[in-house]
Amino acid sequence: MTNALQFDGIEKSFGGVPVLRGVSFAVGAGRTLGLVGENGAGKSTLMNILGGNLTPDAGLMLLDGKPHAPSHPTDAARAGVAFIHQELNLFTNLTIAENLFLTAFPRTAGVLVDRRTTHERTAALLAQVGLSAAPDTPVAQLSPGERQLVEIARALSMDARLIIFDEPTTSLSTRETDALFALMDQLRARGVAMIYISHILEHVLRRCDDIVVLRDGAVAGSGAAEEFTTARLVSLMVGRELTQLYPSRNGAPTGETVLEARRVSQPGVVRDISFTLRRGEVLGISGLMGAGRSELARILFGLDPHTDGAILLNGEPLHRAAPRRRIARGLAFLTEDRRHEGLCMDASIADNVALVSLRQHAGRVPLRLLNLRRWRETIASIREAVRLSPQARDTQAVSTLSGGNQQKVVLAKWLLARPAALILDEPTRGVDVGAKYELYRLILGLADDGAGVLLISSEIEELTGLCDRILVMSRGAVRAEFSRAEFDREKLLEAALPREVAS
Amino acid sequence: MTAFLRRALLSDYFVLGLCVVYAAAVAPFTPGFLSSENLTNILTTLLPLLVVALGQTVVLIAGGIDLSATAVIGLASITGAMAMNDETGWLAHSPLAAPAGVALMLAVGAGVGACNGFAVARWRMPPFMVTLAAMMGFSGLAVWLTHSKNINALPAAFTMLGGRTAVAFAITLAVAVLAQLLLSRSLFGRWLYAVGHNPRAALISGVPVGGVVFSAYVVSGLLAALASVLYTGQAETGSPVLGQRILLDVIGATVIGGTSLFGGKGKVLWTVFGVLFLKLVDNSLNLLSLSVFTITMAKGAVILLAACLDSARARLGNP
Repeated sequence: MTNALQFDGIEKSFGGVPVLRGVSFAVGAGRTLGLVGENGAGKSTLMNILGGNLTPDAGLMLLDGKPHAPSHPTDAARAGVAFIHQELNLFTNLTIAENLFLTAFPRTAGVLVDRRTTHERTAALLAQVGLSAAPDTPVAQLSPGERQLVEIARALSMDARLIIFDEPTTSLSTRETDALFALMDQLRARGVAMIYISHILEHVLRRCDDIVVLRDGAVAGSGAAEEFTTARLVSLMVGRELTQLYPSRNGAPTGETVLEARRVSQPGVVRDISFTLRRGEVLGISGLMGAGRSELARILFGLDPHTDGAILLNGEPLHRAAPRRRIARGLAFLTEDRRHEGLCMDASIADNVALVSLRQHAGRVPLRLLNLRRWRETIASIREAVRLSPQARDTQAVSTLSGGNQQKVVLAKWLLARPAALILDEPTRGVDVGAKYELYRLILGLADDGAGVLLISSEIEELTGLCDRILVMSRGAVRAEFSRAEFDREKLLEAALPREVAS
Repeated sequence: MTAFLRRALLSDYFVLGLCVVYAAAVAPFTPGFLSSENLTNILTTLLPLLVVALGQTVVLIAGGIDLSATAVIGLASITGAMAMNDETGWLAHSPLAAPAGVALMLAVGAGVGACNGFAVARWRMPPFMVTLAAMMGFSGLAVWLTHSKNINALPAAFTMLGGRTAVAFAITLAVAVLAQLLLSRSLFGRWLYAVGHNPRAALISGVPVGGVVFSAYVVSGLLAALASVLYTGQAETGSPVLGQRILLDVIGATVIGGTSLFGGKGKVLWTVFGVLFLKLVDNSLNLLSLSVFTITMAKGAVILLAACLDSARARLGNP
């Protein structure tokens, strides 16, 4: 029996950072394979390669025994590979039929759309997926579950032989989830091969024939689903050898609270978040993507609103203060999205480093000229402190720097403002191991000097290595809290996994 | 050779070099091009254009655009003239006519700029639409107020500001120096570039983005009004359609100089050279007694060429 799909030694790196390191596994014909792994383990990259969004640096793919090297998503679609995404890719302003046949309307005389045939074929496809809506219903009127069925109908209309489900149940109700699973059973009976990606390990264990665990861009474990348990999956997902060392702390948290959240809520985003961050403390926030961690950070910094609760900085409520007022009162925020929110990529290192603390160098009104000499001295000293690459000139655009050096520029910018509390959202994303250590050293150094640090990270190791305490978020709420003595990777991951909603 | 070309393209003085090359190329075929009379003429017409273009530079650096600058020139011109003229003006024959008139004109410019700035910064409306509407509204207002007539008999103390090239030169020089200080050495200048580069990052870094954008439009309005003082003085008459045809010259000259339409990039010196280049082209084509349409076509081609060079420079800048 040939395999529906085979990955053979797929390698891919971004900017010198390897993301996939020789991934090889196969999806048997007519079988469903569960693909699991932590955020950043390489699942998305692998699927993007399969779907023609990325080309691998090395390795090859076989689809039904034939080489599969899509250079464009349409190549993959033509080869019979279909994706059902977490965020659905439908045109909500168009009807179901239009969505299904957008690229291949049945036509009369080669030009005009044959409405009757389109309608009939759509109705037939909808019957197959069990959706009882008229073909000319606008997609905007459908629920998330119904939209997903339309996506699957589209996959069927393209005669897909391999369908990838990427977190398909995230936005579905329990009933819709059950309907989806029933449909997946039918597809399997028809011989369609499937890859099922999900963080809900119970689903993966129950739905799939085989399971592959990715970790750090390599296959950490694979086999038939019967060979796995939730506990084994979790330990395979996180249980890497300790390759990174963490700098040691010289200080410890003191009693003084610097940042406090009291029952902060924003409907649909976060609910009932309460915590205190003390001077000298590194407080971690763990959770899966979409758990509401970054959203919480944005609310704390005043970028997004919250309807209920209070945020206090140094004991004083912030009310609706704009970000710059919060900065003036000692808050700093290193964003997750360095390129779009952290840096002015085309501006120079010096301009980026100085941006937050610029006022300190400005003279009197009206012109408020800057004291350029003092400005340059400050930049030189902070460059030294964060150990920015000495080859980089002050006037060089930050876009020319490596990820690690870019992040040092962002951190330097905030250090110059001497913050009392820092919110760091994924500070080491896209940063190589060496620069990571330096960033860790800087973060701990800040805490040692008495600042409070709120560290959001998807790397559990990073959190256990750096934090005094860790909060685990799931679905917009704090699910669990661990103090340093209780840190346990598996417990942390388990707390982060969304539980199956009891019906 | 390629290294030399690269350095030349990326140099601040690239457009000045173009000016020299252009002048050298056309001088043999253009009678009177290098005569002192003609060079003075170029300088005289260049000064007010440079003042408006500097205002445009500030707005472009912030990532916006100000299409209403020429409407400000017309509106300020007739407001000043209505107040100062010796026949019907309420400032007529007053010793303070000229300073009060100038202050009034500047207030008109600042007011229009404040309207634009408010709509863009507070209501987050697209700058193109806001300033286009302002251009149409305020130039219409200027024509309506005057019934499309010019207003003459302006006090000499006022007309000499623009009429005497030496005075106009001093004013323009002062504006350029101030603009240079503001852009390269002031808090506002650093903020302006940051907002132009990445308004989100600037906001998160504590830059008062709204205030900076608002101020940029006020500066542009003020400088357009100051240019109106110079133009009105040169013409010795207040006209509602003064400067109506120079909008593309203003934006074209600024962009030829190297200021980016996408924000975050621009320098006073670049705009000086851009205005000089545009004026040289304009003037030489005029001397060849080509028709207005031919001149417009030629200027269009030159602006297109400048845009091509700009994208080539941008590609060289970030390999």
